[in-house]
Amino acid sequence: MILLTRKAEFSASHYYWNDAWSAEENARAFGKCSNRNGHGHNYTLVVTVAGEIDPETGFVVDLKQLKDVVEREVISAYDHRHLNLEVPEFASAMPTTENIAIAIWKRLDSKIAGARLHRVRVYEMQDLFADYYGEP
Amino acid sequence: MRAYLGRRYHLSASHRLHCAGLTEDENRTVYGKCNNPHGHGHNYVVEVMVGGNVDPVTGMVCDLAQLDSCVQREIVDRFDHTNLNLYPGFSGHVPTTENFNVELYRLLTAAFTQAQIVSVRVEETAKNSFEYPAPAGAGKAALA
Repeated sequence: MILLTRKAEFSASHYYWNDAWSAEENARAFGKCSNRNGHGHNYTLVVTVAGEIDPETGFVVDLKQLKDVVEREVISAYDHRHLNLEVPEFASAMPTTENIAIAIWKRLDSKIAGARLHRVRVYEMQDLFADYYGEP
Repeated sequence: MRAYLGRRYHLSASHRLHCAGLTEDENRTVYGKCNNPHGHGHNYVVEVMVGGNVDPVTGMVCDLAQLDSCVQREIVDRFDHTNLNLYPGFSGHVPTTENFNVELYRLLTAAFTQAQIVSVRVEETAKNSFEYPAPAGAGKAALA
């Protein structure tokens, strides 16, 4: 088994807000992220897949195919979008870095022919990131 | 669902690698430039990885502000712009980044209980990094 990693980038806006809470409760829980006008990040997505090396091609997976799947399933839906308002999975889940990693896992899982999704890492910024390995 | 949150913190400190049980020559051989009697310093990056179930309401593994304030208090305030050789915990120990890494893990697990500290990584330079994963079975009580 060998691991192969591909990076992609998207820029998106979001906010953290719980309708069941008062403005004060939202501000206390989410700080600056509760600003209803939103804010944005340059996200870096790091997708790692696991598989066996094909003896003929020497590849685990065709990188072009992996790039295309990530572009089609994730980047085209997230890039230059407002995550809360324009991406369906965040209508019911807070678009935190953790939940973005989980949502991207669900978008990619079983879509990569010849390899198994190993890890989805999402950098919200250089010093803040989340990992999801498909654990329940 | 269990996810992991990584956060990177920055601190600058000096140290000298020198083992009291070795001769001057042996120290120079073992530690090379790092044995310079006057010490030297690094811009360290401390990468803390916490793991836990994502709270269905907040969407978070833990409150980031609490993690930040804990790391600030326990790590950054304690070590930033200090000489690691003078830290009481390194009395009798050489402040290699390996030992520093383990000490950072110990300090954090003792102070942060909102989520499991899954690993602590320390970048001493852009080329040298160290990682201390939580020993098997460690920190489960924090999740109970």
